[in-house]
Amino acid sequence: MPTFPATAAPEQRAIRDARHERLFRWLLKGCALIVLAALLGAAGATLWGGREAFATFGWHFLVSSEWDPGNDVYGALVPVYGTLATSFIALLIAVPVSFGIAVYLSEVAPTWLRTPIASAIELLAGIPSIIYGMWGLFIFAPFFAEHIKPWLTNNLGNKPDDGKLSWVAEHVPFVGKLFGSDYPFGASILVAGIVLAIMIIPFISSVMREVFQTVPTRLKESAYALGSSTWEVSWDIVLPYTRSAVIGGIFLGLGRALGETMAVTFVLGNAMQLSASLLDPGTSIASTIANQFSEAAGLQKSSLMALAFLLFVVTFIVLLIARLMLRRLASKEGR
Amino acid sequence: MLTIRNLPVRFAAVATLAVASTFGAAAAQATDITGAGSSFVYPVMSKWSAAYAGKTGNRLNYQSVGSGAGIAQIKEGTIDFGASDAPMKAEDLQKYGLGQFPIVVGGIVPVVNIAGVQADQVKLDGATLADIFLGKITNWNDPKIAALNAGLALPAGKITVVHRSDGSGTSFNFTNYLSKVSPEWASKVKFGTAVEWPTGVGGKGNEGVSQYVRQIKGSIGYVEYAYAVKNKLAWVDLKNASGNFMKPSADAFAAAAATADWASARDFNLIMTNAPGEQAWPITATTWMIMYKSPTNAGNTKVAFDFFKYALEHGQPAASELDYVPLPAALVSRIEAYWAAEFKH
Repeated sequence: MPTFPATAAPEQRAIRDARHERLFRWLLKGCALIVLAALLGAAGATLWGGREAFATFGWHFLVSSEWDPGNDVYGALVPVYGTLATSFIALLIAVPVSFGIAVYLSEVAPTWLRTPIASAIELLAGIPSIIYGMWGLFIFAPFFAEHIKPWLTNNLGNKPDDGKLSWVAEHVPFVGKLFGSDYPFGASILVAGIVLAIMIIPFISSVMREVFQTVPTRLKESAYALGSSTWEVSWDIVLPYTRSAVIGGIFLGLGRALGETMAVTFVLGNAMQLSASLLDPGTSIASTIANQFSEAAGLQKSSLMALAFLLFVVTFIVLLIARLMLRRLASKEGR
Repeated sequence: MLTIRNLPVRFAAVATLAVASTFGAAAAQATDITGAGSSFVYPVMSKWSAAYAGKTGNRLNYQSVGSGAGIAQIKEGTIDFGASDAPMKAEDLQKYGLGQFPIVVGGIVPVVNIAGVQADQVKLDGATLADIFLGKITNWNDPKIAALNAGLALPAGKITVVHRSDGSGTSFNFTNYLSKVSPEWASKVKFGTAVEWPTGVGGKGNEGVSQYVRQIKGSIGYVEYAYAVKNKLAWVDLKNASGNFMKPSADAFAAAAATADWASARDFNLIMTNAPGEQAWPITATTWMIMYKSPTNAGNTKVAFDFFKYALEHGQPAASELDYVPLPAALVSRIEAYWAAEFKH
């Protein structure tokens, strides 16, 4: 009978494999925990740094529109509003445009054109935000002030140059306030929103394009065979199939818009005042921090830290809403 | 065999020794000193440090991180000197064992963008300037402005105020001046590197303000003199404390530095806006160098003083080129006396 000295070896190998497997798992767990630790660390550090501001102003910090370093009184309402308003405008513009780009690239464009446009979009995503800021300040804001803003204030706003209210401003509520401004410069909440939109379109559209390509050709061709138009296929087949990934992409863009600092600082006007008008200057959380941090001390520094913590909270709430929306959509799917 | 094998090792050892000794020799000659703070002095600091390094081999590493950060770093003792656009209070200096002295003077000028108006055409006084920045005067044809500008027909047009959005020494000195000339400003807004501006739009840095003023018709802002010259902005003449209308110029800035009351200012703790001199420009600013009186690193501090001596005594051409103004001779000798009396070096 031949002996089988090899029997020991597989056993040892199994042990070794198990050990490697465990090591690998720890490694993976470690990688994931680093993210969690970084997040908790940053949130904890900003909360700790802002404790003085929260202790001094309490809830008043959230609802006060005052930011007065001279008298050491601080409130976060203006920057929080500016952050939300600019990001919302950015999404309002960026989502439809990105959807159009993605549908065009995945459904309509001739094959030879798809790759160049897709790479162009990826290149756009890589442009540093300071470049967008400079472009916004030197080129877009003056252009906007010269050509677009007068039309908006005269036809939609409640403070037109000739004093005559347009039909829209008179009959549609809020619109007059949103576009009423006697401030003569371009840099404003609307311009910041538009510049942000241009910055996040590459993110959202490249995610959308990726996921639109995962839709099975079978589904689409069945719909085309039943006589659907390209629009109907995109809206009724492609979009529902990729919905959760599309919303994920949108929130990736939103995350960038909420935290964007440099570009916004250039085109937002940096005025600590609350105004209903989108054509007036405002400020955002990130730009306030960038502007004031280097020279701040004491309570002002603490208030800036508290602002940073609020940015965490705002982002968290926005992501939470996204999750809830996704869940509601998913539960509807069954019916 | 053995020796041959060891040969490269020996070569390496010898080479290392040689390199080490050259580096050692170089280190003995040249000292690197580090300073941090105000961005107001950054351009002239870099120019001086290049010239000084060429002369002595000692290098200065100046980080333009903002006055607040400069003060924080010198308090922690991580740098050889700090630089701040606002003087430190006497009790703080005492608490940390620090001393401070001014190094160079610069002027801050109000600039306007009104169609057809050139530099030196518009004249304002402090109270009117404060009222504009308070948002109380909102049109260029306001009677208060017209009263100061007989013979110059300013067009009716909304005034847009442009201020700094970032915390800065320029804002500190500008708002300090407004506090001195307007009781309302002093009680409502106060002064500081950042304040709650009653009206207007904020540009980031001198560049940002210059850019906004150039773009906005009917705007008024304030920048360091060098930026107004570089961007060809129309600056405003101001009425000074003795009632004369002054054009901004190196001489007017120097006059402010010369006539400010340094004698009664302990540790040079004096903000020289609204200086009393007949020919003084009212918004003149300086930057203070802050150092330990009994330094832990005596070698570095010695080099730092040598550098400041060089800057004060031979730095004029470089400073003037960048539109800074060297300190007047009387002030320089006062500073050198302060060094001798207060610092161990």
